[in-house]
Amino acid sequence: MAIQERDQLDPIRGRKLLVDGGPSYHDITEAVCKPVEQPGLAWWLAFLPSLAVLGIYGVSVFWLLWEGVGIWGLNNPIDWGFAIVNFVFWVGIGHAGTLISAILFLFRQQWRTAVNRSAEAMTIFAVICALQFPTFHTGRPWLIWWSLPLPNQMQMWPNFRSPLLWDVFAVSTYFTVSLLFWYVGLIPDLATMRDRATTKARRIAYGILSLGWRGSTRHWQHYEKAYLLLAGLATPLVLSVHTIVSFDFAVSQLPGWHTTIFPPYFVAGAIFSGFAMVLTLLIPIRKWYGLEHIITIKHLENMAKIILLTGTMVGYAYAMEFFIAWYSGNPYETFAFVNRAFGPYYWAYWIMVTCNVVTPQFVWIKSIRRSPAALFVLSIFVNIGMWFERFVITVTSLARDFLPSSWDYYSPTIWDFGMLIGSFGLFFTLFCLFIRYLPMIAIAEIKSVLPHANPHFSDRKDGGH
Amino acid sequence: MATPKKKAKIFGLLAEYESAGDVYHACEKVRDAGYKRWDSYTPFAVHNLDKAMGIKPSILPWIVFACGMTGAACGILLQWWSATIAYPIIIAGKPLFSFQANVPVTFECGILFSAFGAVFGMLGLNKLPQFYHPLFNVARFARVTDDRFFIAIESSDPKFDVEKTRLLLEGTHAAKVEEVED
Repeated sequence: MAIQERDQLDPIRGRKLLVDGGPSYHDITEAVCKPVEQPGLAWWLAFLPSLAVLGIYGVSVFWLLWEGVGIWGLNNPIDWGFAIVNFVFWVGIGHAGTLISAILFLFRQQWRTAVNRSAEAMTIFAVICALQFPTFHTGRPWLIWWSLPLPNQMQMWPNFRSPLLWDVFAVSTYFTVSLLFWYVGLIPDLATMRDRATTKARRIAYGILSLGWRGSTRHWQHYEKAYLLLAGLATPLVLSVHTIVSFDFAVSQLPGWHTTIFPPYFVAGAIFSGFAMVLTLLIPIRKWYGLEHIITIKHLENMAKIILLTGTMVGYAYAMEFFIAWYSGNPYETFAFVNRAFGPYYWAYWIMVTCNVVTPQFVWIKSIRRSPAALFVLSIFVNIGMWFERFVITVTSLARDFLPSSWDYYSPTIWDFGMLIGSFGLFFTLFCLFIRYLPMIAIAEIKSVLPHANPHFSDRKDGGH
Repeated sequence: MATPKKKAKIFGLLAEYESAGDVYHACEKVRDAGYKRWDSYTPFAVHNLDKAMGIKPSILPWIVFACGMTGAACGILLQWWSATIAYPIIIAGKPLFSFQANVPVTFECGILFSAFGAVFGMLGLNKLPQFYHPLFNVARFARVTDDRFFIAIESSDPKFDVEKTRLLLEGTHAAKVEEVED
């Protein structure tokens, strides 16, 4: 495969051009609206299998509610099994969306405009998947409202000193803010969909959702300020969410969990896995929908570089955990880590190390990081590795705690796998519905990074248009 | 050209532009001519167009700051009240209230209220949702969300005069200038 080594430059900014082929504003509108207006066969090929996998989830949840959490492979001491592993896995995936939409926005990384909409949608759907697991893990999900500080007939209030309650606040705030951020970004594009609508139902639906947006500069001014503020709020929020998720572990006394490296290590891992999922989703989509000139190879390369950075940070954290376990001189801590690598779950540990530490290092090679097919394979490995990371942290620490008499081995049942695989069905079904009904690329933002969107484009000395 | 005074009350004059640069320089001219009740309409946020129009900066940050402080205060008060007055119960021998353990929830409440302030404050300042606007009656205005730029000077502006305002807009490289009925 021929690798394009040099990219075109923007005539004014002198930076790499963000959209290939020099399209007009109207070309952008057409390219992004086409998947919604003429979905084609590819969409059904993605949607129907997703729906079938969602069916597996439905059956698993039905049987869980009928029989209780005894159908899972949980035992004593491993009372946190797949449910927590899957929860942390999905929440982690959600973090890339906010990183792209908020942190890269604050750093003025304009390439984010091509991928932020779909990454934010991915965030919202991943958090929906994540919230399933603690809810069903309670055993009586209809009582999940007990975790909220609501006046009730029992005259009881939640324990605000518990990291699990911090998690309730962090994840629900994160979901709400992500949803608001996503919707605010969608308003101008929903107005585009409204103005292009050919049927009355579409015009009314997009008309209501776009709130009567008319592109007024007085509106844009408040809008851009709101967007900047939301980005500024979402940035500490996203870091706090996975920090608090890591507190679920780090605040406990268990060897292997009780470490101060957990917050930064969890945040780096979350961004690492989230970017891998963005690549997994966008590499096929840009191909199927002919959006390769908007989500260009440069975008994939940038995301691959972030995967390399965060993957290396995760590898550093693995090494540092071992170093501290030895350096602390704590026999329980030392045992927990030796047990991780060479104990009964050694296979999970080495899958994790191979996928998370070795795989991202291939990104150093230019021909790999500029090849969509190679990056797609790489992203799948990272997804697998990050799921195993959470499995290793949760299960190996619980399975071998202080007293050998209470040790046990955890084996998931078919229903554990049903919920895990089924949650991918939920995720992909929601994502398919998103690309079917909403513009998957921020139309207005992409137009604003075209060279001729600069009001001084035509003032240039060398002629202009 | 028909005399507009005999027709129904007009909303204003609408000028159409083909590029961001054209609308930018046109806005500078309309601003310098001293109009106040007018606006420009663009498919994306054109950089610095608010300055070319001479609009004051948004007051939204103050709204968000107030909301954030309210949220954080509500968060810490809720935790203090429920842990010391409503349901005082000693868990793991820890004090009933200590700010360290209450930082995460306070922080999240502050962020949540700020985000609501940013979104609903923005919609409030923009008077959205507003499902009817006279400009929506103009067929060509549908392209404002695609690839065209517009300026509308409203007839309620004290300096508005159909002929003079039209002359001003026609002198700004407008592709077309037309009257819009109210």
